[in-house]
Amino acid sequence: MVTLNKRRKSLDVLFFLLPSLFGLIVFQMLPFGYSFFLSLTDWDVLSKINFLGLDNYINILKSSEFWKVLGNTLYYMVLYIPLILIVSLGLASLLNFKVPGRKVFRVIFYIPVLTSWVAAALLWRWLLSPYYGPINEILQFFGLNGPSWLYDKHWAMPGIVFASIWKDMGYFGLIFLSALQSIDKTYYEAAKIDGASAFQNFFKITLPLISPTMFFVIIISIINSFQLFPQVMIMTQGGPYGSTQVMVERIYTYAFDYYKMGYATAFSWILFVFIFVATIIQLKLQNKWVHYEG
Amino acid sequence: MRGRKFIYRRVIFYIVVILLAIFALLPFFWMLSTSLKETKALTTIPIQWLPEKPSFDPYLKLFEVFPFGRAIFNSLFISIIGTFISVLSASMAAFVFGKIEFRGREVLFGFFLATMMIPGNLLMIPNYLILRSLNLLDSYTGVLLPSFFNAFGTFLLRQNIKSLPDSYLEAAFMDGASRIKVFFKIILPLIKPALTTVTVLTFMGNWNSYLWPLIVLTSKEKMTLTVGLSLLNGQHMSDYNMLMAGAIISIIPMIIVYAFSQKYIEVGFNVGGLK
Repeated sequence: MVTLNKRRKSLDVLFFLLPSLFGLIVFQMLPFGYSFFLSLTDWDVLSKINFLGLDNYINILKSSEFWKVLGNTLYYMVLYIPLILIVSLGLASLLNFKVPGRKVFRVIFYIPVLTSWVAAALLWRWLLSPYYGPINEILQFFGLNGPSWLYDKHWAMPGIVFASIWKDMGYFGLIFLSALQSIDKTYYEAAKIDGASAFQNFFKITLPLISPTMFFVIIISIINSFQLFPQVMIMTQGGPYGSTQVMVERIYTYAFDYYKMGYATAFSWILFVFIFVATIIQLKLQNKWVHYEG
Repeated sequence: MRGRKFIYRRVIFYIVVILLAIFALLPFFWMLSTSLKETKALTTIPIQWLPEKPSFDPYLKLFEVFPFGRAIFNSLFISIIGTFISVLSASMAAFVFGKIEFRGREVLFGFFLATMMIPGNLLMIPNYLILRSLNLLDSYTGVLLPSFFNAFGTFLLRQNIKSLPDSYLEAAFMDGASRIKVFFKIILPLIKPALTTVTVLTFMGNWNSYLWPLIVLTSKEKMTLTVGLSLLNGQHMSDYNMLMAGAIISIIPMIIVYAFSQKYIEVGFNVGGLK
Protein backbone atom coordinates (compact mmCIF):
# COMPACT_ATOMS: atom_id res chain seq x y z
CA MET A 1 0.00 0.00 0.00
CA VAL A 2 1.22 3.43 -0.85
CA THR A 3 2.28 5.59 2.04
CA LEU A 4 2.37 9.32 1.82
CA ASN A 5 3.72 11.35 4.61
CA LYS A 6 2.83 9.84 7.94
CA ARG A 7 1.10 12.72 9.64
CA ARG A 8 -0.99 13.34 6.60
CA LYS A 9 -2.08 9.72 6.71
CA SER A 10 -3.26 9.75 10.30
CA LEU A 11 -5.14 12.95 9.64
CA ASP A 12 -6.86 11.31 6.70
CA VAL A 13 -7.73 8.23 8.74
CA LEU A 14 -9.23 10.40 11.41
CA PHE A 15 -11.16 12.43 8.86
CA PHE A 16 -12.75 9.36 7.29
CA LEU A 17 -13.56 7.73 10.61
CA LEU A 18 -14.82 10.85 12.34
CA PRO A 19 -18.56 10.59 11.48
CA SER A 20 -18.69 6.93 12.49
CA LEU A 21 -16.64 7.46 15.62
CA PHE A 22 -18.96 10.25 16.67
CA GLY A 23 -21.96 7.94 16.33
CA LEU A 24 -20.13 5.03 17.92
CA ILE A 25 -19.01 6.95 20.97
CA VAL A 26 -22.05 9.14 21.60
CA PHE A 27 -24.87 6.79 20.61
CA GLN A 28 -23.41 3.31 21.23
CA MET A 29 -20.64 3.28 23.83
CA LEU A 30 -21.80 6.11 26.06
CA PRO A 31 -25.42 4.84 26.27
CA PHE A 32 -24.16 1.27 26.79
CA GLY A 33 -22.31 2.29 29.93
CA TYR A 34 -24.96 4.82 30.91
CA SER A 35 -27.74 2.25 30.79
CA PHE A 36 -25.81 -0.10 33.07
CA PHE A 37 -25.24 2.73 35.52
CA LEU A 38 -28.95 3.67 35.40
CA SER A 39 -29.96 0.07 36.02
CA LEU A 40 -28.29 0.32 39.44
CA THR A 41 -30.33 3.39 40.44
CA ASP A 42 -33.91 4.48 41.08
CA TRP A 43 -33.87 7.48 38.76
CA ASP A 44 -37.29 8.76 37.69
CA VAL A 45 -36.06 11.78 35.64
CA LEU A 46 -37.41 14.28 38.22
CA SER A 47 -36.15 13.51 41.70
CA LYS A 48 -32.66 12.94 43.04
CA ILE A 49 -30.87 9.83 41.91
CA ASN A 50 -30.29 7.07 44.50
CA PHE A 51 -27.89 4.19 44.14
CA LEU A 52 -29.61 0.86 44.68
CA GLY A 53 -27.01 -1.70 43.75
CA LEU A 54 -28.63 -4.78 42.28
CA ASP A 55 -32.05 -4.12 43.81
CA ASN A 56 -33.75 -3.49 40.46
CA TYR A 57 -32.51 -6.79 39.10
CA ILE A 58 -33.55 -8.66 42.23
CA ASN A 59 -36.98 -7.03 42.25
CA ILE A 60 -37.54 -7.87 38.59
CA LEU A 61 -36.51 -11.50 39.00
CA LYS A 62 -38.67 -11.78 42.12
CA SER A 63 -41.73 -10.22 40.47
CA SER A 64 -44.39 -12.54 39.12
CA GLU A 65 -44.73 -10.12 36.23
CA PHE A 66 -41.30 -10.93 34.87
CA TRP A 67 -41.99 -14.65 34.79
CA LYS A 68 -45.37 -14.09 33.21
CA VAL A 69 -43.79 -11.92 30.51
CA LEU A 70 -41.08 -14.52 29.91
CA GLY A 71 -43.79 -17.17 29.73
CA ASN A 72 -45.71 -15.11 27.16
CA THR A 73 -42.55 -14.75 25.09
CA LEU A 74 -41.84 -18.49 25.24
CA TYR A 75 -45.45 -19.21 24.30
CA TYR A 76 -45.03 -16.97 21.26
CA MET A 77 -41.83 -18.83 20.30
CA VAL A 78 -43.36 -22.27 20.73
CA LEU A 79 -46.15 -21.34 18.32
CA TYR A 80 -44.17 -19.15 15.95
CA ILE A 81 -40.96 -21.10 15.34
CA PRO A 82 -42.37 -24.44 14.16
CA LEU A 83 -44.97 -22.64 12.05
CA ILE A 84 -42.55 -20.24 10.39
CA LEU A 85 -40.16 -23.11 9.61
CA ILE A 86 -42.89 -25.18 7.98
CA VAL A 87 -44.46 -22.30 6.06
CA SER A 88 -41.26 -20.64 4.86
CA LEU A 89 -39.52 -23.90 3.98
CA GLY A 90 -42.67 -25.04 2.19
CA LEU A 91 -42.78 -21.77 0.33
CA ALA A 92 -39.10 -22.05 -0.62
CA SER A 93 -39.55 -25.63 -1.89
CA LEU A 94 -42.43 -24.48 -4.05
CA LEU A 95 -40.54 -21.53 -5.46
CA ASN A 96 -37.61 -23.84 -6.17
CA PHE A 97 -39.66 -25.61 -8.89
CA LYS A 98 -38.75 -24.41 -12.35
CA VAL A 99 -42.27 -23.40 -13.25
CA PRO A 100 -43.57 -20.41 -15.22
CA GLY A 101 -44.74 -17.59 -12.97
CA ARG A 102 -42.52 -18.33 -10.03
CA LYS A 103 -40.86 -14.91 -10.27
CA VAL A 104 -44.26 -13.28 -9.83
CA PHE A 105 -44.94 -15.38 -6.75
CA ARG A 106 -41.59 -14.40 -5.28
CA VAL A 107 -42.65 -10.77 -5.49
CA ILE A 108 -46.09 -11.49 -4.02
CA PHE A 109 -44.65 -13.14 -0.92
CA TYR A 110 -42.24 -10.31 -0.39
CA ILE A 111 -44.88 -7.57 -0.17
CA PRO A 112 -45.75 -8.28 3.49
CA VAL A 113 -42.03 -8.05 4.29
CA LEU A 114 -41.92 -4.54 2.79
CA THR A 115 -44.86 -3.38 4.87
CA SER A 116 -43.99 -1.63 8.11
CA TRP A 117 -45.01 -3.50 11.26
CA VAL A 118 -47.18 -0.54 12.21
CA ALA A 119 -49.26 -0.81 9.04
CA ALA A 120 -49.30 -4.61 9.24
CA ALA A 121 -50.44 -4.59 12.87
CA LEU A 122 -53.23 -2.09 12.14
CA LEU A 123 -54.35 -4.34 9.31
CA TRP A 124 -54.29 -7.51 11.40
CA ARG A 125 -56.19 -5.93 14.26
CA TRP A 126 -58.94 -5.38 11.73
CA LEU A 127 -58.59 -8.74 9.95
CA LEU A 128 -58.98 -10.50 13.30
CA SER A 129 -62.03 -8.48 14.37
CA PRO A 130 -64.39 -11.09 15.86
CA TYR A 131 -67.61 -10.00 14.11
CA TYR A 132 -66.59 -7.81 11.20
CA GLY A 133 -63.25 -9.32 10.21
CA PRO A 134 -62.71 -11.56 7.20
CA ILE A 135 -60.77 -14.24 9.10
CA ASN A 136 -63.75 -15.26 11.18
CA GLU A 137 -66.00 -14.81 8.14
CA ILE A 138 -63.89 -17.37 6.28
CA LEU A 139 -63.89 -19.73 9.28
CA GLN A 140 -67.67 -19.39 9.39
CA PHE A 141 -67.84 -20.34 5.73
CA PHE A 142 -66.17 -23.64 6.67
CA GLY A 143 -68.61 -24.07 9.54
CA LEU A 144 -66.16 -23.04 12.26
CA ASN A 145 -66.86 -20.52 14.97
CA GLY A 146 -63.84 -18.25 15.13
CA PRO A 147 -62.61 -17.10 18.55
CA SER A 148 -62.58 -13.46 19.71
CA TRP A 149 -58.85 -13.40 18.91
CA LEU A 150 -57.29 -10.24 20.36
CA TYR A 151 -60.12 -9.84 22.88
CA ASP A 152 -59.65 -13.31 24.37
CA LYS A 153 -56.69 -13.94 26.65
CA HIS A 154 -56.23 -17.45 25.23
CA TRP A 155 -56.36 -16.34 21.59
CA ALA A 156 -54.61 -12.97 21.61
CA MET A 157 -51.09 -14.41 21.37
CA PRO A 158 -52.01 -16.91 18.64
CA GLY A 159 -53.52 -13.94 16.78
CA ILE A 160 -50.21 -12.08 17.00
CA VAL A 161 -48.38 -15.23 15.84
CA PHE A 162 -50.78 -15.48 12.89
CA ALA A 163 -49.91 -11.93 11.83
CA SER A 164 -46.18 -12.55 12.32
CA ILE A 165 -46.20 -15.66 10.14
CA TRP A 166 -47.91 -13.69 7.38
CA LYS A 167 -45.37 -10.89 7.67
CA ASP A 168 -42.19 -13.00 7.92
CA MET A 169 -42.83 -15.99 5.64
CA GLY A 170 -41.53 -14.20 2.53
CA TYR A 171 -38.33 -13.12 4.24
CA PHE A 172 -37.38 -16.53 5.62
CA GLY A 173 -38.80 -18.16 2.48
CA LEU A 174 -36.23 -16.35 0.34
CA ILE A 175 -33.43 -17.28 2.75
CA PHE A 176 -34.44 -20.95 2.48
CA LEU A 177 -34.78 -20.62 -1.27
CA SER A 178 -31.18 -19.48 -1.65
CA ALA A 179 -30.08 -22.40 0.55
CA LEU A 180 -32.04 -24.85 -1.60
CA GLN A 181 -30.59 -23.41 -4.78
CA SER A 182 -27.05 -23.86 -3.49
CA ILE A 183 -27.48 -27.64 -3.06
CA ASP A 184 -25.44 -29.60 -5.57
CA LYS A 185 -27.87 -31.27 -8.03
CA THR A 186 -25.71 -34.39 -8.32
CA TYR A 187 -26.93 -35.55 -4.90
CA TYR A 188 -30.45 -35.84 -6.25
CA GLU A 189 -29.28 -37.49 -9.46
CA ALA A 190 -27.44 -40.14 -7.46
CA ALA A 191 -30.52 -40.65 -5.26
CA LYS A 192 -32.66 -41.07 -8.37
CA ILE A 193 -30.45 -43.86 -9.63
CA ASP A 194 -30.84 -45.55 -6.25
CA GLY A 195 -34.60 -45.20 -6.61
CA ALA A 196 -35.18 -42.83 -3.68
CA SER A 197 -38.66 -41.36 -3.19
CA ALA A 198 -39.34 -37.62 -2.99
CA PHE A 199 -39.97 -38.14 0.70
CA GLN A 200 -36.57 -39.78 1.21
CA ASN A 201 -34.92 -37.06 -0.88
CA PHE A 202 -36.30 -34.41 1.40
CA PHE A 203 -35.38 -36.03 4.70
CA LYS A 204 -32.07 -37.63 3.70
CA ILE A 205 -30.62 -34.99 1.39
CA THR A 206 -32.37 -31.63 1.54
CA LEU A 207 -32.91 -31.34 5.26
CA PRO A 208 -29.35 -32.24 6.36
CA LEU A 209 -27.85 -29.92 3.73
CA ILE A 210 -29.93 -26.93 4.69
CA SER A 211 -29.59 -27.50 8.43
CA PRO A 212 -27.17 -24.58 8.88
CA THR A 213 -29.76 -22.26 7.31
CA MET A 214 -32.46 -23.83 9.42
CA PHE A 215 -30.41 -23.18 12.51
CA PHE A 216 -29.79 -19.61 11.43
CA VAL A 217 -33.51 -19.03 10.93
CA ILE A 218 -34.31 -20.52 14.35
CA ILE A 219 -31.77 -18.35 16.16
CA ILE A 220 -32.85 -15.19 14.36
CA SER A 221 -36.45 -16.05 15.20
CA ILE A 222 -35.55 -16.48 18.87
CA ILE A 223 -33.72 -13.16 18.92
CA ASN A 224 -36.64 -11.44 17.19
CA SER A 225 -39.17 -13.09 19.49
CA PHE A 226 -37.47 -11.65 22.54
CA GLN A 227 -37.92 -8.22 20.97
CA LEU A 228 -41.55 -8.29 19.87
CA PHE A 229 -42.87 -4.77 20.02
CA PRO A 230 -44.90 -2.98 17.35
CA GLN A 231 -47.35 -5.83 16.83
CA VAL A 232 -48.08 -5.97 20.56
CA MET A 233 -48.15 -2.20 20.97
CA ILE A 234 -50.68 -1.75 18.20
CA MET A 235 -52.72 -4.93 18.28
CA THR A 236 -53.25 -5.46 22.02
CA GLN A 237 -51.18 -3.04 24.17
CA GLY A 238 -50.23 -6.10 26.19
CA GLY A 239 -53.81 -7.15 26.94
CA PRO A 240 -56.20 -8.76 27.52
CA TYR A 241 -55.27 -9.43 31.17
CA GLY A 242 -51.58 -9.07 30.37
CA SER A 243 -51.67 -12.15 28.15
CA THR A 244 -49.55 -10.49 25.45
CA GLN A 245 -47.21 -8.44 27.63
CA VAL A 246 -43.65 -8.96 26.42
CA MET A 247 -40.26 -7.58 27.37
CA VAL A 248 -39.79 -4.58 25.11
CA GLU A 249 -43.40 -3.56 25.72
CA ARG A 250 -42.72 -3.66 29.50
CA ILE A 251 -39.46 -1.73 29.10
CA TYR A 252 -41.21 0.92 27.04
CA THR A 253 -44.08 1.18 29.52
CA TYR A 254 -41.83 1.46 32.59
CA ALA A 255 -39.56 4.01 30.94
CA PHE A 256 -41.96 6.25 29.07
CA ASP A 257 -45.28 5.85 30.89
CA TYR A 258 -44.00 5.57 34.50
CA TYR A 259 -40.55 7.17 34.04
CA LYS A 260 -38.96 4.41 36.12
CA MET A 261 -35.70 4.62 34.17
CA GLY A 262 -33.70 2.48 36.60
CA TYR A 263 -36.18 -0.37 36.64
CA ALA A 264 -36.67 -0.18 32.86
CA THR A 265 -32.94 -0.26 32.07
CA ALA A 266 -32.42 -3.19 34.44
CA PHE A 267 -35.18 -4.95 32.53
CA SER A 268 -33.43 -4.20 29.25
CA TRP A 269 -30.15 -5.62 30.59
CA ILE A 270 -31.88 -8.87 31.47
CA LEU A 271 -33.29 -8.94 27.94
CA PHE A 272 -29.81 -8.24 26.59
CA VAL A 273 -28.44 -11.30 28.41
CA PHE A 274 -30.99 -13.55 26.67
CA ILE A 275 -30.19 -12.09 23.26
CA PHE A 276 -26.47 -12.19 23.89
CA VAL A 277 -26.56 -15.89 24.77
CA ALA A 278 -28.55 -16.66 21.61
CA THR A 279 -26.10 -14.65 19.49
CA ILE A 280 -23.06 -16.37 20.97
CA ILE A 281 -24.56 -19.80 20.34
CA GLN A 282 -25.19 -18.80 16.76
CA LEU A 283 -21.67 -17.47 16.19
CA LYS A 284 -20.04 -20.50 17.79
CA LEU A 285 -22.03 -23.06 15.86
CA GLN A 286 -21.87 -21.07 12.64
CA ASN A 287 -18.07 -21.18 12.73
CA LYS A 288 -18.22 -24.90 13.31
CA TRP A 289 -20.30 -25.38 10.19
CA VAL A 290 -18.10 -23.20 8.04
CA HIS A 291 -15.24 -25.41 9.15
CA TYR A 292 -17.08 -28.60 8.23
CA GLU A 293 -17.86 -27.54 4.71
CA GLY A 294 -14.50 -25.93 4.08
CA MET B 1 -45.94 -41.66 -18.19
CA ARG B 2 -43.46 -38.95 -17.35
CA GLY B 3 -45.83 -36.50 -18.98
CA ARG B 4 -48.72 -37.30 -16.66
CA LYS B 5 -46.57 -37.09 -13.54
CA PHE B 6 -45.22 -33.80 -14.82
CA ILE B 7 -48.71 -32.36 -15.21
CA TYR B 8 -49.76 -33.63 -11.77
CA ARG B 9 -46.84 -31.90 -10.17
CA ARG B 10 -47.59 -28.65 -11.91
CA VAL B 11 -51.25 -28.74 -10.93
CA ILE B 12 -50.35 -29.40 -7.29
CA PHE B 13 -47.71 -26.68 -7.42
CA TYR B 14 -50.16 -24.10 -8.68
CA ILE B 15 -52.91 -25.07 -6.24
CA VAL B 16 -50.65 -24.82 -3.18
CA VAL B 17 -48.79 -21.74 -4.32
CA ILE B 18 -52.01 -19.93 -5.22
CA LEU B 19 -53.50 -20.73 -1.81
CA LEU B 20 -50.40 -19.28 -0.16
CA ALA B 21 -50.52 -16.26 -2.47
CA ILE B 22 -54.11 -15.68 -1.42
CA PHE B 23 -52.96 -15.81 2.21
CA ALA B 24 -50.30 -13.21 1.38
CA LEU B 25 -52.50 -10.89 -0.67
CA LEU B 26 -56.01 -11.17 0.75
CA PRO B 27 -55.07 -8.91 3.70
CA PHE B 28 -54.00 -6.19 1.25
CA PHE B 29 -57.19 -6.59 -0.69
CA TRP B 30 -59.10 -6.14 2.56
CA MET B 31 -56.99 -3.12 3.41
CA LEU B 32 -57.76 -1.45 0.09
CA SER B 33 -61.41 -2.39 0.14
CA THR B 34 -61.83 -1.07 3.71
CA SER B 35 -60.11 2.19 2.88
CA LEU B 36 -62.84 2.88 0.30
CA LYS B 37 -65.79 2.13 2.56
CA GLU B 38 -68.18 4.48 4.30
CA THR B 39 -68.06 4.20 8.09
CA LYS B 40 -71.41 2.46 8.37
CA ALA B 41 -70.30 -0.18 5.87
CA LEU B 42 -67.59 -1.33 8.31
CA THR B 43 -70.01 -3.06 10.65
CA THR B 44 -72.38 -4.96 8.42
CA ILE B 45 -73.13 -8.65 8.82
CA PRO B 46 -72.20 -10.38 6.59
CA ILE B 47 -69.11 -8.31 5.86
CA GLN B 48 -68.77 -6.47 2.54
CA TRP B 49 -65.82 -7.85 0.59
CA LEU B 50 -66.19 -4.98 -1.83
CA PRO B 51 -67.53 -1.60 -0.74
CA GLU B 52 -71.13 -1.22 -1.88
CA LYS B 53 -70.74 2.52 -2.22
CA PRO B 54 -67.04 3.23 -2.76
CA SER B 55 -65.91 6.57 -1.39
CA PHE B 56 -62.70 8.50 -0.92
CA ASP B 57 -63.95 10.06 2.31
CA PRO B 58 -61.65 7.99 4.56
CA TYR B 59 -58.64 9.47 2.77
CA LEU B 60 -59.97 13.00 3.14
CA LYS B 61 -60.81 12.43 6.79
CA LEU B 62 -57.28 11.21 7.41
CA PHE B 63 -55.89 14.58 6.37
CA GLU B 64 -58.53 16.41 8.43
CA VAL B 65 -58.01 14.72 11.79
CA PHE B 66 -54.23 14.57 11.56
CA PRO B 67 -51.52 16.62 9.77
CA PHE B 68 -51.02 13.62 7.53
CA GLY B 69 -49.39 15.49 4.65
CA ARG B 70 -46.89 16.77 7.16
CA ALA B 71 -46.31 13.20 8.39
CA ILE B 72 -45.58 12.06 4.83
CA PHE B 73 -43.10 14.90 4.48
CA ASN B 74 -41.50 14.09 7.86
CA SER B 75 -41.09 10.44 6.95
CA LEU B 76 -39.55 11.30 3.58
CA PHE B 77 -37.29 13.95 5.06
CA ILE B 78 -36.04 11.85 7.96
CA SER B 79 -35.62 8.72 5.83
CA ILE B 80 -33.73 10.49 3.04
CA ILE B 81 -31.44 12.60 5.24
CA GLY B 82 -30.89 9.70 7.65
CA THR B 83 -29.98 7.39 4.78
CA PHE B 84 -27.62 9.94 3.29
CA ILE B 85 -25.82 10.49 6.60
CA SER B 86 -25.67 6.81 7.37
CA VAL B 87 -24.41 5.66 3.97
CA LEU B 88 -21.83 8.42 3.62
CA SER B 89 -20.49 7.83 7.11
CA ALA B 90 -20.41 4.05 6.61
CA SER B 91 -18.66 4.23 3.24
CA MET B 92 -16.03 6.62 4.59
CA ALA B 93 -15.26 4.25 7.45
CA ALA B 94 -15.38 1.29 5.08
CA PHE B 95 -12.72 2.92 2.88
CA VAL B 96 -10.34 3.22 5.83
CA PHE B 97 -11.05 -0.32 7.06
CA GLY B 98 -10.70 -1.75 3.57
CA LYS B 99 -7.74 0.10 2.10
CA ILE B 100 -5.70 2.17 4.55
CA GLU B 101 -3.51 0.38 7.02
CA PHE B 102 -2.96 1.84 10.44
CA ARG B 103 -2.22 0.51 13.87
CA GLY B 104 -5.23 -0.88 15.73
CA ARG B 105 -7.33 -1.11 12.58
CA GLU B 106 -8.48 -4.68 13.04
CA VAL B 107 -9.28 -4.12 16.71
CA LEU B 108 -11.37 -1.07 15.90
CA PHE B 109 -13.15 -2.91 13.11
CA GLY B 110 -13.87 -5.80 15.47
CA PHE B 111 -15.33 -3.25 17.82
CA PHE B 112 -17.62 -1.95 15.07
CA LEU B 113 -18.83 -5.49 14.42
CA ALA B 114 -19.31 -6.26 18.11
CA THR B 115 -21.82 -3.40 18.43
CA MET B 116 -24.14 -5.32 16.12
CA MET B 117 -24.84 -7.62 19.06
CA ILE B 118 -26.24 -4.80 21.19
CA PRO B 119 -30.01 -4.61 20.71
CA GLY B 120 -31.48 -1.19 19.99
CA ASN B 121 -33.86 -1.45 22.91
CA LEU B 122 -30.94 -1.49 25.36
CA LEU B 123 -29.73 1.82 24.00
CA MET B 124 -33.05 3.58 23.52
CA ILE B 125 -33.53 4.78 27.12
CA PRO B 126 -30.02 6.23 27.59
CA ASN B 127 -30.11 7.69 24.07
CA TYR B 128 -33.41 9.33 24.90
CA LEU B 129 -31.82 10.79 28.05
CA ILE B 130 -28.75 11.94 26.10
CA LEU B 131 -30.98 13.79 23.63
CA ARG B 132 -32.92 15.20 26.55
CA SER B 133 -29.80 16.67 28.11
CA LEU B 134 -28.77 18.09 24.72
CA ASN B 135 -32.24 19.61 24.40
CA LEU B 136 -32.81 17.71 21.17
CA LEU B 137 -35.99 15.79 22.03
CA ASP B 138 -38.82 16.25 19.56
CA SER B 139 -36.47 17.43 16.82
CA TYR B 140 -35.38 16.09 13.46
CA THR B 141 -31.75 16.41 14.54
CA GLY B 142 -32.40 14.22 17.55
CA VAL B 143 -33.98 11.43 15.52
CA LEU B 144 -31.21 11.63 12.94
CA LEU B 145 -28.07 11.78 15.10
CA PRO B 146 -27.70 8.03 15.75
CA SER B 147 -27.63 7.50 11.93
CA PHE B 148 -23.97 8.47 11.95
CA PHE B 149 -23.12 4.96 13.05
CA ASN B 150 -24.10 2.09 10.76
CA ALA B 151 -22.14 -1.06 11.60
CA PHE B 152 -23.87 -3.33 9.11
CA GLY B 153 -23.40 -0.88 6.24
CA THR B 154 -19.76 -0.36 7.15
CA PHE B 155 -19.20 -4.11 7.19
CA LEU B 156 -20.87 -4.73 3.85
CA LEU B 157 -19.10 -1.86 2.07
CA ARG B 158 -15.75 -2.72 3.61
CA GLN B 159 -15.95 -6.26 2.17
CA ASN B 160 -16.52 -4.67 -1.21
CA ILE B 161 -13.79 -2.06 -1.00
CA LYS B 162 -11.28 -4.59 0.29
CA SER B 163 -11.76 -6.72 -2.82
CA LEU B 164 -10.95 -3.84 -5.21
CA PRO B 165 -7.49 -4.22 -6.77
CA ASP B 166 -4.87 -2.03 -5.08
CA SER B 167 -3.41 -1.07 -8.45
CA TYR B 168 -6.30 1.33 -9.17
CA LEU B 169 -5.58 3.27 -6.03
CA GLU B 170 -1.81 3.19 -6.40
CA ALA B 171 -2.04 4.70 -9.86
CA ALA B 172 -4.17 7.51 -8.51
CA PHE B 173 -1.88 8.16 -5.57
CA MET B 174 1.10 8.23 -7.94
CA ASP B 175 -0.62 11.00 -9.81
CA GLY B 176 -0.76 12.89 -6.55
CA ALA B 177 -4.48 12.56 -5.90
CA SER B 178 -5.57 13.10 -2.31
CA ARG B 179 -7.36 10.36 -0.40
CA ILE B 180 -10.54 12.39 -0.44
CA LYS B 181 -10.38 12.59 -4.19
CA VAL B 182 -9.61 8.87 -4.49
CA PHE B 183 -12.59 8.11 -2.25
CA PHE B 184 -15.11 10.15 -4.21
CA LYS B 185 -13.76 9.69 -7.74
CA ILE B 186 -12.52 6.10 -7.67
CA ILE B 187 -13.86 4.11 -4.71
CA LEU B 188 -17.48 5.21 -4.68
CA PRO B 189 -18.09 4.70 -8.43
CA LEU B 190 -16.48 1.24 -8.24
CA ILE B 191 -18.71 0.00 -5.43
CA LYS B 192 -21.96 1.35 -6.85
CA PRO B 193 -23.92 -1.93 -6.64
CA ALA B 194 -23.06 -2.49 -2.97
CA LEU B 195 -23.67 1.18 -2.27
CA THR B 196 -27.11 0.90 -3.85
CA THR B 197 -27.89 -2.16 -1.75
CA VAL B 198 -26.92 -0.44 1.49
CA THR B 199 -28.77 2.73 0.50
CA VAL B 200 -31.99 0.92 -0.33
CA LEU B 201 -31.93 -1.27 2.79
CA THR B 202 -31.14 1.70 5.02
CA PHE B 203 -33.91 3.75 3.45
CA MET B 204 -36.44 0.98 3.95
CA GLY B 205 -35.32 0.47 7.52
CA ASN B 206 -35.65 4.20 8.22
CA TRP B 207 -39.04 4.47 6.56
CA ASN B 208 -40.46 1.59 8.58
CA SER B 209 -38.71 2.38 11.85
CA TYR B 210 -41.05 2.87 14.76
CA LEU B 211 -39.67 2.62 18.31
CA TRP B 212 -36.99 5.31 18.08
CA PRO B 213 -39.13 8.01 16.40
CA LEU B 214 -41.99 7.07 18.74
CA ILE B 215 -39.83 7.94 21.74
CA VAL B 216 -38.20 11.07 20.32
CA LEU B 217 -40.99 12.75 18.34
CA THR B 218 -43.89 13.89 20.49
CA SER B 219 -45.53 16.79 18.66
CA LYS B 220 -47.93 16.03 15.84
CA GLU B 221 -46.09 18.32 13.42
CA LYS B 222 -42.88 16.33 13.74
CA MET B 223 -44.23 12.77 13.71
CA THR B 224 -43.33 10.28 11.02
CA LEU B 225 -45.99 8.13 9.35
CA THR B 226 -45.45 5.11 11.59
CA VAL B 227 -45.70 7.21 14.76
CA GLY B 228 -48.69 9.15 13.43
CA LEU B 229 -50.49 5.95 12.47
CA SER B 230 -49.94 4.43 15.88
CA LEU B 231 -51.28 7.61 17.50
CA LEU B 232 -54.36 7.45 15.25
CA ASN B 233 -54.71 3.79 16.18
CA GLY B 234 -55.07 4.88 19.79
CA GLN B 235 -57.41 7.80 19.18
CA HIS B 236 -59.63 6.39 16.42
CA MET B 237 -59.67 2.73 17.41
CA SER B 238 -62.64 1.74 15.26
CA ASP B 239 -62.32 4.07 12.27
CA TYR B 240 -60.80 1.24 10.32
CA ASN B 241 -61.52 2.81 6.93
CA MET B 242 -59.36 5.80 7.84
CA LEU B 243 -56.65 3.66 9.46
CA MET B 244 -56.47 1.42 6.40
CA ALA B 245 -56.23 4.48 4.14
CA GLY B 246 -53.25 5.61 6.19
CA ALA B 247 -51.65 2.19 6.08
CA ILE B 248 -51.98 2.08 2.28
CA ILE B 249 -50.28 5.45 1.92
CA SER B 250 -47.43 4.28 4.15
CA ILE B 251 -46.83 1.18 2.05
CA ILE B 252 -46.79 2.77 -1.42
CA PRO B 253 -43.23 4.20 -1.25
CA MET B 254 -41.86 0.82 -0.18
CA ILE B 255 -43.52 -0.91 -3.12
CA ILE B 256 -42.06 1.69 -5.48
CA VAL B 257 -38.57 1.32 -4.03
CA TYR B 258 -38.85 -2.46 -4.23
CA ALA B 259 -40.05 -2.35 -7.83
CA PHE B 260 -36.94 -0.42 -8.87
CA SER B 261 -34.37 -2.22 -6.78
CA GLN B 262 -35.55 -5.77 -6.21
CA LYS B 263 -32.24 -7.31 -7.20
CA TYR B 264 -30.24 -5.08 -4.85
CA ILE B 265 -32.55 -5.85 -1.94
CA GLU B 266 -32.16 -9.58 -2.45
CA VAL B 267 -28.37 -9.34 -2.73
CA GLY B 268 -28.31 -7.39 0.51
CA PHE B 269 -30.29 -9.85 2.44
CA ASN B 270 -28.28 -12.79 1.20
CA VAL B 271 -25.21 -11.14 2.62
CA GLY B 272 -27.13 -10.30 5.76
CA GLY B 273 -28.32 -13.85 6.08
CA LEU B 274 -24.99 -15.55 5.64
CA LYS B 275 -22.62 -12.97 6.98
